[in-house]
Amino acid sequence: MAGLLVYVHHDDGEFSPQGLGLLAKAAGLGGEVTAFVAGPGIDDGWAGSLGGHGAAKVLVADDAALGGLSQPIVDALAPAAAEADAVLFGAGVVSADVAAGLAARLGAGIACETTDIAMTDGGIVATRPALDDTIMVESGFSGGPGIVLARANAFPVREDASGTAPVERIPVSVEDWSQSAVLSGREQASTAGVDITEADILVSVGRGMGGPENVPLVEALAKALGGEVAATRAVVDAGWVPYSMQVGQTGKTVSPKLYIACGVSGAIQHKVGMASAGTIIAINKDQNAPIFEFADVGVVGDALAILPKLTELVAARKG
Amino acid sequence: MNIAVCVKEVPSATSQRRLDPGTKRLDRSGDSEPNPFDVHALEEAIQIRERGADVGEIVAVCMGPESAQRVLTKALALGADRAVLVTDAALAGSDIAGTAYVLAAAVGKQDADLVLLGQQAADADCYVMAAAVADHLRRPLVTQVAELRVEGGTVKAKRQAEHGYDLIEAPLPAVISVSDAINTPRLPSIKAIMGAKKKPLETVSAADLELDAGRVGGDNARSVVREISPPPAKAEGLKIEDSGGDSAEKVVAFLSEKGLI
Repeated sequence: MAGLLVYVHHDDGEFSPQGLGLLAKAAGLGGEVTAFVAGPGIDDGWAGSLGGHGAAKVLVADDAALGGLSQPIVDALAPAAAEADAVLFGAGVVSADVAAGLAARLGAGIACETTDIAMTDGGIVATRPALDDTIMVESGFSGGPGIVLARANAFPVREDASGTAPVERIPVSVEDWSQSAVLSGREQASTAGVDITEADILVSVGRGMGGPENVPLVEALAKALGGEVAATRAVVDAGWVPYSMQVGQTGKTVSPKLYIACGVSGAIQHKVGMASAGTIIAINKDQNAPIFEFADVGVVGDALAILPKLTELVAARKG
Repeated sequence: MNIAVCVKEVPSATSQRRLDPGTKRLDRSGDSEPNPFDVHALEEAIQIRERGADVGEIVAVCMGPESAQRVLTKALALGADRAVLVTDAALAGSDIAGTAYVLAAAVGKQDADLVLLGQQAADADCYVMAAAVADHLRRPLVTQVAELRVEGGTVKAKRQAEHGYDLIEAPLPAVISVSDAINTPRLPSIKAIMGAKKKPLETVSAADLELDAGRVGGDNARSVVREISPPPAKAEGLKIEDSGGDSAEKVVAFLSEKGLI
């Protein structure tokens, strides 16, 4: 099966927008795009709906062992992947683990943090920003399928998805060793149901906000805008907000349409997690803060004074 | 129980990192340090021992040029009992697939029940090595672990995920990548730094590991850098000096103009 194979992760009955966006990108490259869905009890109609996102065909691996961890999925995916020109993975913990396991299984090349994909005469080429986004690196592949792992939110999901694709159920054989790790439970973070990587608007809190008593100012603006709250590592480490809100090198990579950074210096460890946001507004007392170098609007001033007025104006405008 | 910790040599955080325009590889000629994420893995190995598990030895394993000895010496100062450096001209330029193959072979020879890695490499920002090594070794995998307990022959791990945490159990031998939230690494004492020089640091070659020469090195890399270029330029932003909160109206006007509210 030549062509592009796109692994579409799902959780709680929802396809990951990371996988859906990659399907849309793949469909725009020309050539045959096949989606791959793994899990127990996969509904054909649901799997077929991936046709609306760009898949010409959907492979379904349906087995009780495919209930959440990556290693059994590698077993299920490897035979189809070995025949593909490239296998594409959206960002995400399990998705990345499947990609990496598959690369080892097939001895295949893997490109991480991909923000653009092109089809060339020499095969598929993956582009990523590297070294703190100071340089763009284009990688090609040889000797088998290329494995491409995307950066979070690098590829937007089709907004007008409709239509279906034919579904093919494939035989699944899972090895004993790859089922030996077991998912025994889950804990929701205290911000249950909120995933900052999928928010269109984020208002983030940095150490310049002074203390946890001022976090409600940020929450109020986020609420007025219909967005969510994010944070820097320093603030998470200090215990102001939970880890699930952390943006940056050791947190989440986000690319919302609007990112308002309050008291955030813009250290490179934070920047790599949010620099691809559509519009960045920074509010910081320190006019030399690095964030002003890449913000679309830089406000030099005290966020504690500005935020209440901003919230009031936004709320008034939204009526 | 024995623990192997994979440690990568990366350019130090304070050095100016660059790609060599000729080889298109990372310039590794400057100061280096152990990958900070791997230091959390090493710290966790030490803490597993301190919490009372019967840990026979902690071995630090690195693949890299001769210079990576410095990094292993630091690992020994931090608390590893011995170190293994896989170094060979034939391995230079190996890509992720090749590196995972080599690391798995090296770790596989250490009689380790638990293999620990950091969640990602600070130089390449890739987070794939643990899963790739686990697949080569055909051992269970848990990545991005924020809390780890070893009880008898089982690891119980709390893993950071998009929704919160996954609770995962796996039998030993297993491969685990740790999040940097798992612990705060200690600084080595002067005594430990001096003592590190007396601990065993073994160097092994590709031949020692009986590697398939066709799977390693730059010539056999399956992922090849074709081009490097500067990032797209970003237009200079609008700067507003605030006085007592008067910038709020300008910000709202901007948001409105952009259709963001």
